[in-house]
Amino acid sequence: MTAVAAHTDHHDDHHHAPHGLKRWLFSTNHKDIGTLYLWFSFAMFMIGGLMALVIRAELMYPGLQVVDPEFFNQMTTVHGLVMVFGAVMPATVGLANWMIPLMIGAPDMALPRMNNWSFWILPFAFTILISAVLMSAFGEGNPSAPNFGWTFYAPLSTKYGPASTDLFILSVHMMGISSIMGAINVIVTVLNMRAPGMTMMKMPLFVWTWLITAFLLVAVMPVLAGAVTMMLTDRHFGTSFFSAAGGGDPVLFQHIFWFFGHPEVYIMILPSFGIVSAIIPTFARKQLFGYASMVYATASIALLSFVVWAHHMFTVGMPLAGTLFFMYMTMLISVPTGVKVFNWVATMWRGSITFELPMKWALAFVVLFTCGGLSGLMLAMTPVDFQYHDTYFVVAHFHYVLVSGAIFSVFAAAYYWLPKWSGVMPNTFLGELHFWNSLLSVNLLFFPMHFVGLAGMPRRYADYALQFADYNYWVSIGAVRCGASQILFVIVCVLCAMKKGQKAPAAPWEGAEGLEWTVPSPAPFHTFDTPPVVK
Amino acid sequence: MSEQGLEQRNQRTVRKLVLGAVAMFGFAFAMVPIYDVLCDITGLNGKTNSTAADGAVEVDEDRLVTVQFVTVASEGMPWDFKPQVRSVKVHPGEITQVNFMVKNSADSTIVGQAIPSVTPGLAAPHLLKTQCFCFNHQTLAAGGEAEMPMIFYLDPALPKHINTITLSYTMFDVTGRVMENEDKLVAR
Repeated sequence: MTAVAAHTDHHDDHHHAPHGLKRWLFSTNHKDIGTLYLWFSFAMFMIGGLMALVIRAELMYPGLQVVDPEFFNQMTTVHGLVMVFGAVMPATVGLANWMIPLMIGAPDMALPRMNNWSFWILPFAFTILISAVLMSAFGEGNPSAPNFGWTFYAPLSTKYGPASTDLFILSVHMMGISSIMGAINVIVTVLNMRAPGMTMMKMPLFVWTWLITAFLLVAVMPVLAGAVTMMLTDRHFGTSFFSAAGGGDPVLFQHIFWFFGHPEVYIMILPSFGIVSAIIPTFARKQLFGYASMVYATASIALLSFVVWAHHMFTVGMPLAGTLFFMYMTMLISVPTGVKVFNWVATMWRGSITFELPMKWALAFVVLFTCGGLSGLMLAMTPVDFQYHDTYFVVAHFHYVLVSGAIFSVFAAAYYWLPKWSGVMPNTFLGELHFWNSLLSVNLLFFPMHFVGLAGMPRRYADYALQFADYNYWVSIGAVRCGASQILFVIVCVLCAMKKGQKAPAAPWEGAEGLEWTVPSPAPFHTFDTPPVVK
Repeated sequence: MSEQGLEQRNQRTVRKLVLGAVAMFGFAFAMVPIYDVLCDITGLNGKTNSTAADGAVEVDEDRLVTVQFVTVASEGMPWDFKPQVRSVKVHPGEITQVNFMVKNSADSTIVGQAIPSVTPGLAAPHLLKTQCFCFNHQTLAAGGEAEMPMIFYLDPALPKHINTITLSYTMFDVTGRVMENEDKLVAR
């Protein structure tokens, strides 16, 4: 015990907090780096959102009005990449940085310098990627940005890829390195830095889900790096991994990509499960129902995610036995996921529920994520997937789980922990406006996509048949309103950052449990220099 | 739990995780041969044998299977590439020859490589070729024409439910790749 205290003292010999730009550039403090991650991901969310609005502006009416189809393809591609790698993933890494040390009673992350590095790679990676879009929009001759869809299937991205594909490859490599380092940091912190008495099975679920997410990241981000490396050598060094002419196989690309891609889906959603499992017990004023089953369910989802990848490729012509295997494995995932949803509902059962902002977002998450899960179950069925494949039904499905799932849970987390981060309560009026506008518009935006998808509207096209016009009009209205609602959240965050608002006590939520509520609000620069004792 | 202890434990954990990440990077590349082997066994990607098979099996007179031929010259390749017949009906085990016609309408020499693919994939391991133009490169001078033979038979072990097989050839322009290799050979 004393030795641990001595260790943390040693770490904090530069006890004064640096100021200005240097504070952020050279920061090794988990809270500052967490803040950087969160602001960065929010900036990316707005940029990716602007690209989505370009897409929706073009699709508002049938025919071509706003952009030409080439630029439209670049928008769908970069929107996906920015949202997945720039918005959702860094947002959850930011939450992990801020909350994991506070939740397990550690003074900081285990590897603070690496932490700094893993954040500061990201702005450069995305500058490279987005520079391709800027060059395409404003550069001489409008050289194409990546235009092959966020899944960058070969040969679209190898033989037929534009020159900017190499910018894309470099930036994906950098994002991968950043994610792997972030994940290693989380694992080392959780395994080695827990306060005395904080056994694994006492850890808050957010820590558990992030630990499992981190293992997924270490396992699959290198596979993504391998895939883009093969693309690079295919493009420039005469190899034929994905080129049939040289004996390779383009379908191999899809296997490698989805071996990364499916676990990636859970990398984005598992931290959300942790967030919701923290918020619902607080506002239901009951212990989380079935803690152990939640941990095991998360682990099972993570393990199953490695054996379902080919459900993204049912239409490539696999043998029947292969499609059946992937279909049943995929359906099996609904069992642990169902366990989670039932546990959340059981936690609320006969609880004394109040509907503060974080709870509203969490409830919206549970309902809308379940909608997305159910359409996922429909997509899992091989025979019907042949109809749904690459239609707007798929677009509706993954936006339900990612926008009203992952992103709503990040909003829930922000409203829940903003008092701890900033020391002031987020503005309730603006927050309510933000919530109700987002909730209504997100459904207007994504629900009709189910119908046009089932009716056969394919994704990734700049135009559509006239029969889809009415639905697309309303979808675009929903998109504009959804985008505009997020400006309210900018104001909420800026007000908190400026400390404008009602001052928050150390434990602002009545039913909340956990070590993070034992430190003052805002959390001081250094916390848990002496480890707390967990009973 | 001394300070030294924590630092050492952290380093040990980091080492293991970095090793794990490097191993998974390697695994991505290992998927290439694994995929090839799996495809060989299951016919997953519809690839047929790439070297000649020996053709001595019993003919199954009771079954008649339709084999269709599809040809494509890859995008931008100025070759006219057609089968002489679009489909044949064969008994499993029966040795059949089909000729493919090819014409180079460009004004330069082009080296082509035909890549076969069989649908349904399950039939791929059962379509055996004793001779095929796809085993080698094809070089055609400007305006040159050729008739290319392909001799095959169906393995009588072909699953009973398969009555129609489509054999598709895509012709790829490999001129650059082949010339480069020849330059290297000359340089040696």
